[in-house]
Amino acid sequence: MNSTYWSWERFLDALPFVLDGLWITIVLTISCFLFSLLFGFVWTFLKRIPIKSFNWIVTWVMEFIRSTPPLVQLFFIYYAWPVIPVVGVTLSPMTSAILGLGLHFSTYIAEIYRAGIESVEKGQWEAAKALNLSTMDKWRMIILPQAIPPTIPMLGNYFIIMFKEVPLASTISVAEILLRANTYGARNFAYLEPLTIVGIIFLVLSYPSAVLIRKLEVKMNTRFDKNAAAKSS
Amino acid sequence: MTAPIVQYRDVCKSFGDVEVLKGINLDINPAEKVAVIGPSGSGKTTIIRLLMTLEEPTSGDIVVDGKNLWKMEKNGDMVRANENHLRNVRGDIGMVFQHFNLFPHMTILENCMTAPVHVKKENKDEVRKRAVEMLERVGLGDKIDNYPSQLSGGQKQRVAMARAVVMRPKIMLFDEVTSALDPELVGEVLEVIRDLAQHEDMAMVLVTHEMDFALDIADKVLFLDEGVIAEQGSAKEVIEHSQNERLQSFLSRFRS
Repeated sequence: MNSTYWSWERFLDALPFVLDGLWITIVLTISCFLFSLLFGFVWTFLKRIPIKSFNWIVTWVMEFIRSTPPLVQLFFIYYAWPVIPVVGVTLSPMTSAILGLGLHFSTYIAEIYRAGIESVEKGQWEAAKALNLSTMDKWRMIILPQAIPPTIPMLGNYFIIMFKEVPLASTISVAEILLRANTYGARNFAYLEPLTIVGIIFLVLSYPSAVLIRKLEVKMNTRFDKNAAAKSS
Repeated sequence: MTAPIVQYRDVCKSFGDVEVLKGINLDINPAEKVAVIGPSGSGKTTIIRLLMTLEEPTSGDIVVDGKNLWKMEKNGDMVRANENHLRNVRGDIGMVFQHFNLFPHMTILENCMTAPVHVKKENKDEVRKRAVEMLERVGLGDKIDNYPSQLSGGQKQRVAMARAVVMRPKIMLFDEVTSALDPELVGEVLEVIRDLAQHEDMAMVLVTHEMDFALDIADKVLFLDEGVIAEQGSAKEVIEHSQNERLQSFLSRFRS
């Protein structure tokens, strides 16, 4: 009976070893997400500056980042960047991962912001102008309160996608769950159980989040329909 | 004789190759009620959108209360106005839109209070008092804590008017304010306009298809045709004595 493919004993042995990397996966997901939320805002802002040549440059930089695989970007930041004279900086694996994945996804987040802003009707901008609101007040009180809610489900989706991209960081030696599972596998010549554990962890965490986001989406779609809200309360 | 509060001097506006306004010259006196009539596509709405700074004229000058709206002085030259200058002049002007454009995430009262509090930095309690009074005047005193989505089109438009009047503009613009309403709701909105016309001393410019109403309350009627003011004068002059054939045929469509 030594030659079974699956051993529950090994499963239980590997479980704590793999779970040890979970907090790194979670911290990395959240850090990448926050970084991309912030940088997405920077892209959106840069793209709204009304100088044609500048706009063209920003668009192409974004296109470049979006069209290159995140794995290549991670390798570049971690292995190649330190070698470049003058601007080269050596970063820790964790920082490289946050920067690389965060920057990559920020270009998608910027598109979500743009869509949110464009979803605000033209009449709202005109009413803000007719009431002579300052640029600051217009954004703060009229545009953003209407632009942000519809983006929340989309941002949530990207949060889950990003969560599932975090194992890429294992390639630059960030000890998240995939690297832990591989390490366990190499030490014990048994990959089935630890990798299954990784799969289960991702399923258990992403599925409920996806359900939650779908609920959020329904809520956001009916947010201005106060009649429906009044009837149900 | 008082100076006009608004002057258009040779104002032209093109969208791409399409020339919408071809040299508009017009004086509007303080407290004067002006109705702008004409076939669709004649440039009626563009006239007031230029004044609200929603569009920029291709050429010509618009002077509001002695200040050039779209140009400002810089080192002795007249240059294109910046946002600061526009905000400065725009403060005298208010507008009501065809599609209301209420802020859906704010209550009716908040819709009416936002601008006076944040733009004119007025005392919040005072603004609230004024806004509530105004909403009562348009018959919506019991709706102040409702959201726009809970109101009918006619009610929304009455809120939009209250919101504009609370800012105490010297000039109020009405852009086909009854065109998006169901026929049975038009009356209540016109009643509010009539009330404002009779009791407020601001100038009013109405772009409208409600011909009888416009001719009834207006001190001056403009007939706009293909981008030019083809006829202007008192309602009586324009309707009864005009020899303009296009105007007569336009008016005849409203008399069935």
